[in-house]
Amino acid sequence: MNRPGVATACAAMLRRDLTLAWRRRGDIAMPVLYALIVTMLFPFALGPEDTLLQRIAGGVVLVTVLLAMLLALDAMFSSDIEDGSLEQLVLAPQPLALMLGMKILAHWLTTALPLIVIAPLLAAMLHLPGAVIPVLLLALLLATPLLSLLGAVLVALTAGTRRSGMLLALMLLPLCMPAVIFAAGAVAAAQQGLPWLAPIAWLAAALVLAVVLAPLACAAALRIALDA
Amino acid sequence: MSSWIPLWLHKLGSPPTFYRFAGTLRPWAMGLALLLGAIALYGGLVLAPADYQQGDAYRIIFIHVPSAWMSMFIYAVMGVASFIALVWRIKLAEVVAMESAPIGAAFTFITLVTGSLWGKPMWGTWWTWDARLTSELVLLFLYLGVIGLYHAFEDRRQGARAAAFLAIIGIINVPIVHFSVNWWNTLHQGSTVNIFGKSKMSWDMLWPLLTMMLATKFYYVASLFNRVRTDLLALEGGKDWVRKIAEDEAKS
Repeated sequence: MNRPGVATACAAMLRRDLTLAWRRRGDIAMPVLYALIVTMLFPFALGPEDTLLQRIAGGVVLVTVLLAMLLALDAMFSSDIEDGSLEQLVLAPQPLALMLGMKILAHWLTTALPLIVIAPLLAAMLHLPGAVIPVLLLALLLATPLLSLLGAVLVALTAGTRRSGMLLALMLLPLCMPAVIFAAGAVAAAQQGLPWLAPIAWLAAALVLAVVLAPLACAAALRIALDA
Repeated sequence: MSSWIPLWLHKLGSPPTFYRFAGTLRPWAMGLALLLGAIALYGGLVLAPADYQQGDAYRIIFIHVPSAWMSMFIYAVMGVASFIALVWRIKLAEVVAMESAPIGAAFTFITLVTGSLWGKPMWGTWWTWDARLTSELVLLFLYLGVIGLYHAFEDRRQGARAAAFLAIIGIINVPIVHFSVNWWNTLHQGSTVNIFGKSKMSWDMLWPLLTMMLATKFYYVASLFNRVRTDLLALEGGKDWVRKIAEDEAKS
Protein backbone atom coordinates (compact mmCIF):
# COMPACT_ATOMS: atom_id res chain seq x y z
CA MET A 1 0.00 0.00 0.00
CA ASN A 2 1.49 3.31 -0.91
CA ARG A 3 0.64 6.28 1.25
CA PRO A 4 -0.71 9.42 -0.47
CA GLY A 5 1.79 12.27 -0.54
CA VAL A 6 1.53 15.38 1.56
CA ALA A 7 0.40 17.53 -1.38
CA THR A 8 -2.43 15.10 -2.20
CA ALA A 9 -3.52 15.03 1.42
CA CYS A 10 -3.52 18.85 1.58
CA ALA A 11 -5.60 19.10 -1.59
CA ALA A 12 -8.04 16.49 -0.30
CA MET A 13 -8.39 18.28 3.02
CA LEU A 14 -9.01 21.63 1.33
CA ARG A 15 -11.51 20.12 -1.10
CA ARG A 16 -13.38 18.35 1.68
CA ASP A 17 -13.74 21.49 3.82
CA LEU A 18 -14.75 23.68 0.89
CA THR A 19 -17.31 21.10 -0.26
CA LEU A 20 -18.75 20.89 3.25
CA ALA A 21 -19.00 24.68 3.40
CA TRP A 22 -20.59 24.83 -0.06
CA ARG A 23 -23.25 22.27 0.90
CA ARG A 24 -24.30 24.67 3.67
CA ARG A 25 -24.17 27.90 1.67
CA GLY A 26 -26.57 29.65 4.06
CA ASP A 27 -23.92 29.65 6.80
CA ILE A 28 -21.49 31.52 4.56
CA ALA A 29 -24.00 34.36 4.15
CA MET A 30 -24.52 34.81 7.91
CA PRO A 31 -21.32 36.72 8.79
CA VAL A 32 -21.87 38.95 5.74
CA LEU A 33 -25.42 39.82 6.83
CA TYR A 34 -24.21 40.39 10.38
CA ALA A 35 -21.52 42.81 9.18
CA LEU A 36 -24.05 44.68 7.00
CA ILE A 37 -26.51 45.09 9.86
CA VAL A 38 -23.88 46.19 12.40
CA THR A 39 -22.52 48.78 9.95
CA MET A 40 -26.07 50.00 9.34
CA LEU A 41 -26.54 50.60 13.08
CA PHE A 42 -23.71 53.15 13.34
CA PRO A 43 -25.41 55.98 11.38
CA PHE A 44 -28.52 55.45 13.50
CA ALA A 45 -26.56 55.58 16.74
CA LEU A 46 -24.23 58.48 15.88
CA GLY A 47 -26.37 60.56 13.54
CA PRO A 48 -26.10 60.72 9.75
CA GLU A 49 -23.50 63.54 9.43
CA ASP A 50 -21.12 62.76 6.59
CA THR A 51 -17.98 64.20 8.21
CA LEU A 52 -18.34 62.16 11.41
CA LEU A 53 -19.12 58.93 9.53
CA GLN A 54 -16.18 59.52 7.20
CA ARG A 55 -13.85 59.88 10.16
CA ILE A 56 -14.90 56.61 11.84
CA ALA A 57 -15.56 54.57 8.66
CA GLY A 58 -12.23 52.72 8.48
CA GLY A 59 -12.25 51.72 12.14
CA VAL A 60 -15.91 50.67 12.08
CA VAL A 61 -15.43 48.43 9.05
CA LEU A 62 -12.35 46.79 10.63
CA VAL A 63 -14.02 46.14 13.98
CA THR A 64 -17.21 44.89 12.31
CA VAL A 65 -15.27 42.42 10.17
CA LEU A 66 -13.33 41.31 13.27
CA LEU A 67 -16.54 40.68 15.23
CA ALA A 68 -18.18 38.86 12.31
CA MET A 69 -15.13 36.60 12.07
CA LEU A 70 -15.20 36.01 15.81
CA LEU A 71 -18.79 34.75 15.56
CA ALA A 72 -17.88 32.32 12.79
CA LEU A 73 -14.68 31.14 14.49
CA ASP A 74 -16.48 28.90 16.94
CA ALA A 75 -17.60 26.61 14.12
CA MET A 76 -14.07 25.99 12.81
CA PHE A 77 -13.59 22.58 14.47
CA SER A 78 -16.94 21.94 16.17
CA SER A 79 -18.55 19.63 13.57
CA ASP A 80 -15.28 17.71 13.16
CA ILE A 81 -15.08 17.16 16.91
CA GLU A 82 -18.69 15.98 17.07
CA ASP A 83 -18.32 13.30 14.39
CA GLY A 84 -14.81 12.31 15.47
CA SER A 85 -13.04 13.17 12.22
CA LEU A 86 -10.68 15.47 14.08
CA GLU A 87 -9.35 12.55 16.13
CA GLN A 88 -8.72 10.69 12.87
CA LEU A 89 -6.82 13.73 11.62
CA VAL A 90 -4.66 13.71 14.76
CA LEU A 91 -3.90 10.02 14.21
CA ALA A 92 -3.21 10.42 10.47
CA PRO A 93 0.40 9.95 9.28
CA GLN A 94 0.43 13.37 7.57
CA PRO A 95 1.77 16.25 9.73
CA LEU A 96 -1.12 17.60 11.82
CA ALA A 97 0.06 21.20 11.59
CA LEU A 98 -0.12 21.15 7.81
CA MET A 99 -3.59 19.60 7.79
CA LEU A 100 -4.80 22.20 10.30
CA GLY A 101 -3.23 24.90 8.15
CA MET A 102 -5.41 23.68 5.27
CA LYS A 103 -8.49 23.75 7.52
CA ILE A 104 -7.64 27.32 8.53
CA LEU A 105 -7.21 28.28 4.89
CA ALA A 106 -10.60 26.78 4.01
CA HIS A 107 -12.18 28.60 6.93
CA TRP A 108 -10.60 31.88 5.83
CA LEU A 109 -11.82 31.36 2.26
CA THR A 110 -15.39 30.73 3.39
CA THR A 111 -15.79 33.39 6.12
CA ALA A 112 -13.23 36.16 5.64
CA LEU A 113 -13.18 36.36 1.86
CA PRO A 114 -16.93 37.15 1.54
CA LEU A 115 -16.46 39.83 4.21
CA ILE A 116 -13.57 41.36 2.26
CA VAL A 117 -15.70 41.31 -0.89
CA ILE A 118 -18.46 43.35 0.74
CA ALA A 119 -16.01 45.62 2.66
CA PRO A 120 -16.11 48.30 -0.12
CA LEU A 121 -19.89 48.35 0.24
CA LEU A 122 -19.62 48.75 4.02
CA ALA A 123 -17.05 51.52 3.57
CA ALA A 124 -19.24 53.28 1.00
CA MET A 125 -22.22 53.14 3.39
CA LEU A 126 -20.12 55.24 5.78
CA HIS A 127 -18.83 57.56 3.01
CA LEU A 128 -15.19 56.45 3.14
CA PRO A 129 -13.43 58.25 0.24
CA GLY A 130 -12.97 55.99 -2.78
CA ALA A 131 -9.21 56.55 -2.84
CA VAL A 132 -8.82 54.98 0.62
CA ILE A 133 -10.76 51.79 -0.19
CA PRO A 134 -7.80 49.95 -1.85
CA VAL A 135 -5.74 50.54 1.31
CA LEU A 136 -8.62 49.25 3.43
CA LEU A 137 -8.86 46.14 1.28
CA LEU A 138 -5.10 45.57 1.48
CA ALA A 139 -5.20 45.97 5.28
CA LEU A 140 -8.12 43.51 5.47
CA LEU A 141 -6.37 41.02 3.19
CA LEU A 142 -3.42 40.97 5.61
CA ALA A 143 -5.29 41.31 8.92
CA THR A 144 -8.06 38.72 8.41
CA PRO A 145 -5.72 35.71 7.84
CA LEU A 146 -3.85 36.84 10.95
CA LEU A 147 -7.10 36.72 12.92
CA SER A 148 -8.04 33.34 11.45
CA LEU A 149 -4.65 31.88 12.40
CA LEU A 150 -4.63 33.33 15.93
CA GLY A 151 -8.26 32.38 16.39
CA ALA A 152 -7.63 28.81 15.25
CA VAL A 153 -5.07 28.31 18.03
CA LEU A 154 -7.55 29.52 20.64
CA VAL A 155 -10.45 27.53 19.16
CA ALA A 156 -8.23 24.44 19.35
CA LEU A 157 -7.52 25.21 23.02
CA THR A 158 -11.24 25.41 23.84
CA ALA A 159 -12.02 22.27 21.79
CA GLY A 160 -12.46 20.19 24.95
CA THR A 161 -14.94 22.56 26.59
CA ARG A 162 -18.65 22.90 26.06
CA ARG A 163 -19.36 26.63 26.40
CA SER A 164 -16.69 28.59 24.57
CA GLY A 165 -18.29 31.52 22.71
CA MET A 166 -17.70 34.38 25.17
CA LEU A 167 -14.51 32.82 26.47
CA LEU A 168 -13.12 32.84 22.94
CA ALA A 169 -13.82 36.58 22.64
CA LEU A 170 -12.15 37.23 26.01
CA MET A 171 -9.03 35.35 24.90
CA LEU A 172 -8.82 36.50 21.27
CA LEU A 173 -9.54 40.22 21.47
CA PRO A 174 -6.51 41.20 23.60
CA LEU A 175 -4.23 39.09 21.40
CA CYS A 176 -5.41 40.62 18.14
CA MET A 177 -5.01 44.22 19.27
CA PRO A 178 -1.77 44.78 17.31
CA ALA A 179 -3.53 43.69 14.10
CA VAL A 180 -6.33 46.19 14.70
CA ILE A 181 -3.88 48.99 15.54
CA PHE A 182 -1.80 48.51 12.40
CA ALA A 183 -4.73 47.95 10.04
CA ALA A 184 -6.58 51.00 11.37
CA GLY A 185 -3.32 52.97 11.36
CA ALA A 186 -2.81 52.27 7.66
CA VAL A 187 -6.38 53.31 6.79
CA ALA A 188 -6.17 56.47 8.90
CA ALA A 189 -2.82 57.42 7.33
CA ALA A 190 -4.20 56.91 3.83
CA GLN A 191 -7.22 59.03 4.72
CA GLN A 192 -4.98 61.91 5.80
CA GLY A 193 -2.84 61.57 2.70
CA LEU A 194 0.17 60.29 4.66
CA PRO A 195 2.37 57.34 3.63
CA TRP A 196 0.65 54.13 4.77
CA LEU A 197 3.18 51.51 3.75
CA ALA A 198 4.88 51.12 7.16
CA PRO A 199 1.88 49.73 9.11
CA ILE A 200 1.00 47.52 6.13
CA ALA A 201 4.54 46.16 6.16
CA TRP A 202 4.25 45.42 9.90
CA LEU A 203 0.97 43.59 9.28
CA ALA A 204 2.63 41.56 6.53
CA ALA A 205 5.55 40.71 8.83
CA ALA A 206 3.15 39.59 11.56
CA LEU A 207 1.26 37.49 9.02
CA VAL A 208 4.45 35.75 7.86
CA LEU A 209 5.29 34.96 11.49
CA ALA A 210 1.76 33.67 12.13
CA VAL A 211 1.65 31.52 8.98
CA VAL A 212 4.77 29.71 10.18
CA LEU A 213 4.02 29.44 13.89
CA ALA A 214 0.23 29.35 14.27
CA PRO A 215 -0.42 25.95 12.61
CA LEU A 216 2.27 24.39 14.84
CA ALA A 217 0.77 26.05 17.92
CA CYS A 218 -2.70 24.99 16.77
CA ALA A 219 -1.58 21.36 16.51
CA ALA A 220 0.00 21.48 19.97
CA ALA A 221 -3.13 23.09 21.44
CA LEU A 222 -5.39 20.51 19.84
CA ARG A 223 -3.28 17.67 21.26
CA ILE A 224 -3.66 19.20 24.74
CA ALA A 225 -7.40 19.75 24.36
CA LEU A 226 -8.18 16.26 23.03
CA ASP A 227 -5.89 14.48 25.47
CA ALA A 228 -8.56 13.56 28.01
CA MET B 1 22.00 12.79 34.25
CA SER B 2 21.49 16.37 35.43
CA SER B 3 23.22 15.65 38.72
CA TRP B 4 23.84 19.39 39.15
CA ILE B 5 20.29 19.75 40.43
CA PRO B 6 20.37 19.03 44.17
CA LEU B 7 18.16 16.22 45.42
CA TRP B 8 16.03 18.41 47.70
CA LEU B 9 14.87 20.39 44.65
CA HIS B 10 13.56 17.19 43.06
CA LYS B 11 11.83 16.27 46.29
CA LEU B 12 10.12 19.67 46.45
CA GLY B 13 8.24 18.72 43.29
CA SER B 14 6.29 16.06 45.14
CA PRO B 15 2.98 17.37 46.53
CA PRO B 16 3.30 16.14 50.18
CA THR B 17 6.83 17.53 50.53
CA PHE B 18 5.84 20.85 49.02
CA TYR B 19 2.74 20.95 51.21
CA ARG B 20 4.87 20.74 54.35
CA PHE B 21 7.56 23.08 52.98
CA ALA B 22 4.97 25.73 52.03
CA GLY B 23 3.27 25.33 55.40
CA THR B 24 6.48 26.14 57.29
CA LEU B 25 7.50 29.02 55.05
CA ARG B 26 4.14 30.72 54.66
CA PRO B 27 3.84 32.40 58.12
CA TRP B 28 7.39 33.79 57.79
CA ALA B 29 6.68 35.21 54.33
CA MET B 30 3.41 36.73 55.51
CA GLY B 31 5.08 38.20 58.61
CA LEU B 32 7.88 39.72 56.56
CA ALA B 33 5.37 41.08 54.04
CA LEU B 34 3.33 42.81 56.78
CA LEU B 35 6.44 44.15 58.55
CA LEU B 36 8.13 45.47 55.41
CA GLY B 37 4.82 46.82 54.12
CA ALA B 38 4.27 48.78 57.35
CA ILE B 39 7.84 50.17 57.26
CA ALA B 40 7.48 51.12 53.60
CA LEU B 41 4.13 52.81 54.16
CA TYR B 42 5.52 54.79 57.11
CA GLY B 43 8.59 55.75 55.09
CA GLY B 44 6.56 56.65 52.03
CA LEU B 45 3.63 58.46 53.60
CA VAL B 46 5.35 60.16 56.56
CA LEU B 47 9.15 60.34 56.20
CA ALA B 48 9.57 60.96 52.47
CA PRO B 49 9.44 64.67 51.49
CA ALA B 50 6.64 66.01 49.30
CA ASP B 51 7.37 66.33 45.60
CA TYR B 52 8.26 69.85 44.44
CA GLN B 53 5.75 69.65 41.60
CA GLN B 54 3.12 67.08 42.52
CA GLY B 55 2.90 67.77 46.27
CA ASP B 56 1.57 64.85 48.29
CA ALA B 57 -0.33 63.28 45.41
CA TYR B 58 2.78 61.47 44.19
CA ARG B 59 2.74 59.24 47.30
CA ILE B 60 0.39 56.82 45.55
CA ILE B 61 3.42 55.50 43.65
CA PHE B 62 4.38 53.54 46.78
CA ILE B 63 1.40 51.32 45.98
CA HIS B 64 1.12 51.85 42.23
CA VAL B 65 4.68 51.09 41.10
CA PRO B 66 5.28 47.94 43.21
CA SER B 67 1.88 46.58 42.03
CA ALA B 68 2.80 47.28 38.42
CA TRP B 69 6.12 45.48 38.87
CA MET B 70 4.32 42.54 40.48
CA SER B 71 1.74 42.37 37.69
CA MET B 72 4.56 41.71 35.22
CA PHE B 73 6.71 39.62 37.56
CA ILE B 74 3.82 37.25 38.33
CA TYR B 75 3.05 36.90 34.62
CA ALA B 76 6.67 35.88 34.08
CA VAL B 77 6.46 33.35 36.95
CA MET B 78 3.24 32.02 35.47
CA GLY B 79 4.85 31.71 32.04
CA VAL B 80 7.89 29.84 33.37
CA ALA B 81 5.72 27.53 35.50
CA SER B 82 3.45 26.94 32.48
CA PHE B 83 6.44 26.01 30.35
CA ILE B 84 7.68 23.55 32.99
CA ALA B 85 4.15 22.14 33.35
CA LEU B 86 3.79 21.55 29.61
CA VAL B 87 7.26 20.18 28.96
CA TRP B 88 7.83 17.97 32.02
CA ARG B 89 4.17 17.54 33.06
CA ILE B 90 4.91 18.34 36.68
CA LYS B 91 1.68 18.61 38.62
CA LEU B 92 3.07 21.17 41.05
CA ALA B 93 4.07 23.51 38.21
CA GLU B 94 0.53 23.41 36.83
CA VAL B 95 -0.85 24.33 40.23
CA VAL B 96 1.68 27.15 40.70
CA ALA B 97 0.89 28.61 37.26
CA MET B 98 -2.87 28.47 37.74
CA GLU B 99 -2.83 29.81 41.31
CA SER B 100 -0.55 32.69 40.28
CA ALA B 101 -3.10 33.99 37.79
CA PRO B 102 -5.71 35.37 40.25
CA ILE B 103 -2.98 37.04 42.37
CA GLY B 104 -1.45 38.61 39.27
CA ALA B 105 -4.87 39.77 38.08
CA ALA B 106 -5.46 41.38 41.49
CA PHE B 107 -2.13 43.27 41.32
CA THR B 108 -2.91 44.39 37.76
CA PHE B 109 -6.30 45.64 38.91
CA ILE B 110 -4.72 47.55 41.82
CA THR B 111 -2.24 49.12 39.38
CA LEU B 112 -5.04 50.29 37.11
CA VAL B 113 -7.16 51.66 39.96
CA THR B 114 -4.33 53.52 41.74
CA GLY B 115 -3.10 54.83 38.39
CA SER B 116 -6.48 56.25 37.55
CA LEU B 117 -6.82 57.79 41.05
CA TRP B 118 -3.49 59.51 40.48
CA GLY B 119 -4.37 60.46 36.91
CA LYS B 120 -7.44 62.46 37.94
CA PRO B 121 -5.54 65.28 39.75
CA MET B 122 -2.37 65.02 37.61
CA TRP B 123 -3.56 64.54 34.04
CA GLY B 124 -7.12 65.76 34.70
CA THR B 125 -8.70 62.48 33.63
CA TRP B 126 -9.44 59.06 35.11
CA TRP B 127 -8.46 57.21 31.98
CA THR B 128 -6.58 57.98 28.82
CA TRP B 129 -5.71 55.71 25.91
CA ASP B 130 -2.02 55.87 26.59
CA ALA B 131 0.33 53.06 25.63
CA ARG B 132 1.32 51.88 29.10
CA LEU B 133 -2.22 52.09 30.45
CA THR B 134 -3.52 50.13 27.49
CA SER B 135 -0.86 47.43 27.78
CA GLU B 136 -1.67 47.04 31.47
CA LEU B 137 -5.36 46.66 30.59
CA VAL B 138 -4.49 44.04 27.97
CA LEU B 139 -2.41 42.26 30.62
CA LEU B 140 -5.49 42.16 32.86
CA PHE B 141 -7.53 40.61 30.04
CA LEU B 142 -4.80 38.03 29.41
CA TYR B 143 -4.93 37.05 33.10
CA LEU B 144 -8.72 36.83 32.95
CA GLY B 145 -8.52 34.72 29.79
CA VAL B 146 -6.17 32.26 31.51
CA ILE B 147 -8.44 32.07 34.57
CA GLY B 148 -11.52 31.66 32.37
CA LEU B 149 -10.00 28.91 30.25
CA TYR B 150 -8.79 27.04 33.35
CA HIS B 151 -12.30 26.96 34.78
CA ALA B 152 -13.98 26.06 31.46
CA PHE B 153 -12.68 22.48 31.59
CA GLU B 154 -14.26 19.84 33.75
CA ASP B 155 -10.96 18.02 34.23
CA ARG B 156 -8.76 20.39 36.23
CA ARG B 157 -5.42 19.08 35.01
CA GLN B 158 -6.49 19.31 31.39
CA GLY B 159 -7.78 22.83 32.04
CA ALA B 160 -4.46 23.72 33.64
CA ARG B 161 -2.52 22.47 30.61
CA ALA B 162 -4.73 24.37 28.14
CA ALA B 163 -4.52 27.56 30.21
CA ALA B 164 -0.75 27.12 30.54
CA PHE B 165 -0.51 27.04 26.75
CA LEU B 166 -2.54 30.26 26.58
CA ALA B 167 -0.20 31.87 29.13
CA ILE B 168 2.78 31.03 26.90
CA ILE B 169 1.05 32.50 23.83
CA GLY B 170 0.42 35.58 25.96
CA ILE B 171 4.13 35.86 26.85
CA ILE B 172 5.03 35.94 23.16
CA ASN B 173 2.29 38.47 22.52
CA VAL B 174 2.94 40.88 25.39
CA PRO B 175 6.05 42.50 23.82
CA ILE B 176 4.21 42.82 20.49
CA VAL B 177 1.22 44.47 22.15
CA HIS B 178 3.51 46.74 24.15
CA PHE B 179 5.48 47.78 21.10
CA SER B 180 2.42 48.34 18.93
CA VAL B 181 0.57 50.50 21.44
CA ASN B 182 3.77 52.46 22.03
CA TRP B 183 3.90 53.21 18.36
CA TRP B 184 0.21 54.14 18.53
CA ASN B 185 0.04 56.63 21.39
CA THR B 186 2.16 57.67 24.38
CA LEU B 187 1.57 60.00 27.31
CA HIS B 188 2.82 58.07 30.37
CA GLN B 189 6.22 59.11 31.70
CA GLY B 190 9.21 56.84 31.09
CA SER B 191 10.68 54.77 33.90
CA THR B 192 12.41 56.67 36.66
CA VAL B 193 13.93 53.73 38.51
CA ASN B 194 16.64 51.91 36.57
CA ILE B 195 18.39 48.73 37.60
CA PHE B 196 21.31 49.52 35.32
CA GLY B 197 22.63 53.04 35.65
CA LYS B 198 21.55 55.80 37.98
CA SER B 199 17.94 56.18 39.08
CA LYS B 200 16.38 59.60 38.64
CA MET B 201 14.86 59.54 42.10
CA SER B 202 15.93 60.86 45.49
CA TRP B 203 17.03 58.18 47.99
CA ASP B 204 14.39 59.44 50.51
CA MET B 205 11.70 58.38 48.09
CA LEU B 206 13.49 55.39 46.64
CA TRP B 207 14.00 53.30 49.78
CA PRO B 208 10.29 53.07 50.72
CA LEU B 209 9.56 52.11 47.13
CA LEU B 210 12.13 49.31 47.14
CA THR B 211 10.97 48.13 50.59
CA MET B 212 7.40 48.00 49.33
CA MET B 213 8.61 46.02 46.33
CA LEU B 214 10.09 43.43 48.71
CA ALA B 215 6.89 43.43 50.78
CA THR B 216 4.75 42.69 47.71
CA LYS B 217 7.12 39.87 46.70
CA PHE B 218 6.78 38.27 50.14
CA TYR B 219 3.02 38.77 50.06
CA TYR B 220 2.91 36.99 46.70
CA VAL B 221 4.90 34.06 48.09
CA ALA B 222 2.65 33.79 51.15
CA SER B 223 -0.55 34.05 49.16
CA LEU B 224 0.67 31.66 46.48
CA PHE B 225 1.76 29.04 49.04
CA ASN B 226 -1.60 29.22 50.76
CA ARG B 227 -3.50 28.78 47.49
CA VAL B 228 -1.20 25.99 46.29
CA ARG B 229 -1.63 24.09 49.57
CA THR B 230 -5.42 24.25 49.29
CA ASP B 231 -5.31 23.23 45.66
CA LEU B 232 -2.97 20.30 46.34
CA LEU B 233 -5.33 18.98 49.02
CA ALA B 234 -8.22 19.17 46.57
CA LEU B 235 -6.26 17.57 43.70
CA GLU B 236 -4.79 14.75 45.79
CA GLY B 237 -8.00 14.14 47.74
CA GLY B 238 -7.82 10.36 47.44
CA LYS B 239 -4.16 9.95 48.43
CA ASP B 240 -2.84 8.61 51.73
CA TRP B 241 -0.96 11.72 52.83
CA VAL B 242 -4.11 13.85 52.54
CA ARG B 243 -6.11 11.29 54.52
CA LYS B 244 -3.44 11.36 57.23
CA ILE B 245 -3.66 15.18 57.46
CA ALA B 246 -7.46 15.00 57.63
CA GLU B 247 -7.29 12.37 60.38
CA ASP B 248 -4.80 14.44 62.39
CA GLU B 249 -7.04 17.49 62.03
CA ALA B 250 -10.04 15.49 63.22
CA LYS B 251 -8.14 14.23 66.31
CA SER B 252 -6.99 17.65 67.53
